[in-house]
Amino acid sequence: MTAVAANLKDSAAVAFIALLLFGPFLGVQLGDGNAGNLTLSTRPALLGVAVALTFAARFLMLLWQGRRPPAVLTRLTAWVQQSGKFVAPALLIFAVALPLIPGVENAYIDLGVLIMTYVMLGWGLNIVVGLAGLLDLGYVAFYAVGAYSFALISQNFNLSFWECLPISGLLAACWGIFLGFPVLRLRGDYLAIVTLAFGEIIRLVITNWVALTGGPNGIDGIAHPTLFGLNFSMAGGPGTFAGFFNITPEPGQRITYLYYIILILALLTNWVTLRLRKQPLGRAWEALRENEIACRSLGINLRNTKLTAFAIGAMFAGFAGCFFSTREGFISPDSFTFIESATVLAIVVLGGAGSQLGIVLAAMVMIGVPAMLQSLQIYRMLIFGIALVVIMVVRPRGFISTRKPTVLLGKPKVVLT
Amino acid sequence: MSDVVLSVTDLTMRFGGLTAVNGLSFEARRGDITAVIGPNGAGKTTVFNCITGFYRPSAGRIVIARQPGDTLLLNRLPGHAIAKKARVARTFQNIRLFSGMTVLENLLVAQHNKLQAATGFGVLAILGLGKYRAAEKAAIELARHWLEQTGLIDRADDAAGALPYGAQRRLEIARAMCTDPVLLCLDEPAAGLNPRESVALNELLLKIRDTGCSLLLIEHDMGVVMKISDHVIVLEYGKKIADGTPHEIRNDPEVIKAYLGEGDEDDPDAPIAGTLVHSV
Repeated sequence: MTAVAANLKDSAAVAFIALLLFGPFLGVQLGDGNAGNLTLSTRPALLGVAVALTFAARFLMLLWQGRRPPAVLTRLTAWVQQSGKFVAPALLIFAVALPLIPGVENAYIDLGVLIMTYVMLGWGLNIVVGLAGLLDLGYVAFYAVGAYSFALISQNFNLSFWECLPISGLLAACWGIFLGFPVLRLRGDYLAIVTLAFGEIIRLVITNWVALTGGPNGIDGIAHPTLFGLNFSMAGGPGTFAGFFNITPEPGQRITYLYYIILILALLTNWVTLRLRKQPLGRAWEALRENEIACRSLGINLRNTKLTAFAIGAMFAGFAGCFFSTREGFISPDSFTFIESATVLAIVVLGGAGSQLGIVLAAMVMIGVPAMLQSLQIYRMLIFGIALVVIMVVRPRGFISTRKPTVLLGKPKVVLT
Repeated sequence: MSDVVLSVTDLTMRFGGLTAVNGLSFEARRGDITAVIGPNGAGKTTVFNCITGFYRPSAGRIVIARQPGDTLLLNRLPGHAIAKKARVARTFQNIRLFSGMTVLENLLVAQHNKLQAATGFGVLAILGLGKYRAAEKAAIELARHWLEQTGLIDRADDAAGALPYGAQRRLEIARAMCTDPVLLCLDEPAAGLNPRESVALNELLLKIRDTGCSLLLIEHDMGVVMKISDHVIVLEYGKKIADGTPHEIRNDPEVIKAYLGEGDEDDPDAPIAGTLVHSV
């Protein structure tokens, strides 16, 4: 049984790595001595259990791999793909109806707002990464530009959310073009590094330009959105939503309103992306992802094509940032760290770059699951990490990796008799 | 006939200390199939890359005549304008398709500039307004025409990367033709094809020539070159050593020397000379 011997050897190697990794973390413990000094104790039993578990898990995994292919999840995703026509409308109806279902707590609607924000960011980044194939690690920069544009313009020029929304998007798009120019000739890893740096530059400028942005203290008291001039103040007097319709003011009204704003913004992103995919521009983006040199030989202007991808992707991040700003009422540079870019990119990659539905599912997993597991406290990130590893092992190309053609000749197949 | 579609004058291309193409001049006539042949490393692909804008020549002039009298200097144009403005299309020695996209999508990407102009900066087309719908319909018709010509019509909705090798070569030619070129440059179109596919390729190239498009091709397969080309240019070490009809080239002592090396008078039936002689 050489297969078993090989498996044992492999498991032993993995167990050895586990020993090295767990050694400093589990094997030794610092404690308080009686005299206020530090004591160092060892925990060989715990370490032994961890290594033994690793060994056993690896061995079982190898056995399992040898026996049968990991069919369960594959079949599940295949089912999702095949019934994609049914899943997407079902999700949409659920999303529209969620705040109307009686008994749904505000916390869930709020979670819905959060997930939808990331869905929108994911759809926006999908234009850049999924369609045009430009790996952008600094997407949060445009989110920050949108958020700060709204905060600063609304406070300094006294404009409302709806007036600022297009301005935020436009400014973010300008920054997208601004970033796009220096990275036109870069691809792959090099592009990723420069965009990563760009994201950090924006955050550092915001942090340090105290006179304009308030620096690390952020901007407070950002205006909340209004509905045709009616605000959602708890006071409930004339000029408020509750006062106008003569109902009791509740926090749920504002949350529901925010929910529908982000739903509409996200659907707008989706609609524009789906329409653009069927346009020459969208096809040029995909062609760019597939083969840049061939694009050039066909007379496609690479500079314009790349810049429009950056600009349109950034514009949607700007919209999302504007929304984030008005929802929170307070923004600071802490909200725009690299981890945000990484989360959005993870959503796009996990969902299957290029797939709109995959991004929704991935955002629900990435944002919804950690929030749902709040009660599990410290194990939350552990479960989350394991889930990500499992998805990447089983579906290395993302949850939904099939591509739908943008146009079909639709010629009925000739049946030979 | 003096209607010249492409004229290359004193073309020189240096890569550091290496001169790949050295003072090359030739002309390609409109409606002709012009072949560029030569031993490996003679500079054929470099010439191609200069003509199609992938390299900027160190010296010399490349002039295209889109119509008789309507000339354009190619070596001043940015890369993408070669196909867009000068209407020079090309294929690649190692196939470069958009392999994840369908065959039909490949052909529509080739018509990008024409379609993009009909979209009204994209805005009108997103809203479903304007004349985009008609433009796309026309583009699909053109694609259908070339799919029929290349025998790919049944694979139109399949991913380009899933096609067999010979079909991928034909698709690349169809894609180049969808840009509506004046001059089509083919870099070793017969490489890797079996004899039957090679014959089909010859027919396709002749058909393309009959539509009025001029062809420039690099080829190793003498069967293709000698059978279909009207005019052959032979390169060696970046210089032109012969220029003429296939018949003249076949009997040119310089060419035979370049392919076989010197001192082989005793063996007139050496392999490549054999190919040159017997292929017609």
